[in-house]
Amino acid sequence: MPFYALASEPMPKQLGLQPAATPVMAQLTDFHNFILVIITAITLFVLALLIFIVIRFNAKANPEPQKFSHNTLIEVIWTVIPIVILIVIAIPSFKLLYYMDRTADPEMTLNVTGYQWYWGYEYPDHHGISFNSYMIPDDEIDASKGQKRLLSVDSPVVLPVDTNIQIIVTAADVLHSYAVPAFGIKTDAVPGRINETWVNIEKPGRYFGQCSELCGKGHAFMPTEVIAVPKEEFAAWVEASKDGYVTYEDFKNAQTK
Amino acid sequence: MNAATKDSHHDDHHDHKPGFFTRWFMSTNHKDIGTLYIIFSIIAALIGGFFSMVMRAELQDPGMQFVLDEAGNPDGQLWNVIITAHGLIMVFFVVMPGLIGGFGNWFLPLMIGAPDMAFPRLNNISFWLLVPAFLMLIGSAFVGIGAGTGWTVYPPLSATLGHPGMSVDMAIFALHLAGASSILGAANFITTVFNMRAPGMTLHKMPLFVWAMLITSFLLVLAVPVLGGAITMLLTDRNFGSSFFSPEGGGDPLLYQHLFWFFGHPEVYIMILPAFGIISHVVSTFSKKPIFGYLGMAYAMVSIGFVGFVVWAHHMYTTGLDVDTRAYFTAATMIIAVPTGIKIFSWIATMWGGSIEFKTPMLFAVGFIFLFTLGGVTGVVLSNGGMDVALHDTYYVVAHFHYVLSLGAVFALFCGFYYWIGKMSGRQYPEWMGQLHFWMTFIGVNMLFFPQHFLGLAGMPRRYPDYPDAFAFWNEISSYGAYLSGAATVFFIFIAFYTLFFGRRVDGNYWNVQPQSMTLEWTLSSPPPFHQFEIQPKVE
Repeated sequence: MPFYALASEPMPKQLGLQPAATPVMAQLTDFHNFILVIITAITLFVLALLIFIVIRFNAKANPEPQKFSHNTLIEVIWTVIPIVILIVIAIPSFKLLYYMDRTADPEMTLNVTGYQWYWGYEYPDHHGISFNSYMIPDDEIDASKGQKRLLSVDSPVVLPVDTNIQIIVTAADVLHSYAVPAFGIKTDAVPGRINETWVNIEKPGRYFGQCSELCGKGHAFMPTEVIAVPKEEFAAWVEASKDGYVTYEDFKNAQTK
Repeated sequence: MNAATKDSHHDDHHDHKPGFFTRWFMSTNHKDIGTLYIIFSIIAALIGGFFSMVMRAELQDPGMQFVLDEAGNPDGQLWNVIITAHGLIMVFFVVMPGLIGGFGNWFLPLMIGAPDMAFPRLNNISFWLLVPAFLMLIGSAFVGIGAGTGWTVYPPLSATLGHPGMSVDMAIFALHLAGASSILGAANFITTVFNMRAPGMTLHKMPLFVWAMLITSFLLVLAVPVLGGAITMLLTDRNFGSSFFSPEGGGDPLLYQHLFWFFGHPEVYIMILPAFGIISHVVSTFSKKPIFGYLGMAYAMVSIGFVGFVVWAHHMYTTGLDVDTRAYFTAATMIIAVPTGIKIFSWIATMWGGSIEFKTPMLFAVGFIFLFTLGGVTGVVLSNGGMDVALHDTYYVVAHFHYVLSLGAVFALFCGFYYWIGKMSGRQYPEWMGQLHFWMTFIGVNMLFFPQHFLGLAGMPRRYPDYPDAFAFWNEISSYGAYLSGAATVFFIFIAFYTLFFGRRVDGNYWNVQPQSMTLEWTLSSPPPFHQFEIQPKVE
């Protein structure tokens, strides 16, 4: 079966962020790499000072304590330098924040609605295709199809690559949060409100996300699965689904017949 | 403690103590009330800690093994009830009673040379409101489906839509009572500090722990009523047909979040400022040096308290706030790093050039400084409205706030306990036991919480009873760390009992606190007389 390989998912013993699949996540990753260097340096600096103190100023090494309790210069220094560091962090941070807020010219829209405990999807620009998407229970997971426990769903979302996609998120009962780590998106689904985010997926593949706002007993069991495909294939899938949603798997099976 | 104080001798022969029931159940003595708070805090910590052990046992391996319903099926609601109880207990019934009610009551009057708190009966009811609050919270878990709302109690999940039945109402009442307890206690501290300082002790000569308690009290008085309002509105939404937070009646779930975090963010400083105070005294005492930059330290706390009130929406970056609003909250939040940095570096400068004895309290203090720095820098990461999108509601956040609270505030609790247990009980803990407890705790909690940064970066959401298999390795390590910390806690309980019954008796100034670090509690016997400062001390 010509399934796309997993493009991004959590890996065993992983230490950092998931590989980026959108420009937003790419910038977010760059920002994290930048800030990680700064915070590691600060932590190691404090640790080094403490180790030095433990060795140099313990009661045996230094029996006679010094008496000073003020030094205006050093107090000014350790006030001003953190401010400078924060400004250095804040500039790229604001750039990232404003960049990821919304896309200027969306080419299509996906509506996402959170329910206890599944996601509903609608394509308002594509014949209003709509469907609900449930997690595949543990005992029905088919590893031979590459399904992942707690991540794979019965009805994945299909989206085109290289397209500015506006995602509109809301909820029908309690709060939920629509998140796909590889896309760098996480948007709360709030009943009575509409929130907006956007993606531009750079490469085809399968992507996963999990509900990220406590929503009751099924909170851990309402993932989202996105299959990103080339634009032509997306158009073909839309055509196949215009009289009712066809899963990507059935769509591919029908094509190969 | 009771046994120890009864046997103790001191110079005050008119030291009349009331009988057992009157002394402990109708107490108006700040030291006895402080003792009650500390005992309460330890008991609550064991219950809250038991919930952590259940959680880490469940999360040790993928799949669900322990948190099951009667039929043996995974029970997500039970899980939510456990995480909610863990959070609420640790915040409202462990850290706050321990640091504020316990050490605050015990040492604030002693440090300012006062004979007692300004309102001793108010002090008593502050404590006794906490007991029914705690019982009500525990009880809520056994009524209906339990309160599985998270400690934030966000509607609509906490409204009748998500939680029909009485459990959330009980939890709300528990918070009302605990809140009333805190507000009364805070009013008492503020009055005491402003009116009962010994002659000569100006505000700028007050010990830093007193400064910390004063600022904390102001935060409590300003923040907790907002929580009270929010949960009262939730209560009327649930029971009397109002719709403050339900969109179908014209309300807004986000209004609750704004109100909650207007309380919730100052709340984290309420938990950490008294810790700052304790650490300052311990660092100064064991370095045999005066506090470096005393005024800077005091006003750093003032500014942390002030800025703490205008950063609340950094808990809400993903809720759909306007981008300019997020930019403001990013900037405001980052500013807090500056006074926090002043405190960290001033502690280091206090140690610099000192002649440091690494007794158990000092070990916890140095551990605090390093781990609080680590939790602080991940806070700087999270303060960025853009970056936070990847990390919000993941284990990165869990790691961050446990580094600043579990390894910050709780380290300060242990630090204060070892520093003052001799003063409070008249008996000293065995040094090797304290040091062993420190190293077990230090290794345990780092093993427990450091891997959670990796889980969060990889995208594991918090409040999950089960996780994709890829997250298994770091969760397993984290659980082993939890067991080690749990064992350390059991050992701590043993140390506490051993100290009370078999600890070496100590004199008034058993740490040999030098004049430059001196505070008034060290001028009294250990334990202090039932009524101290019958002759008012003078401060030069």
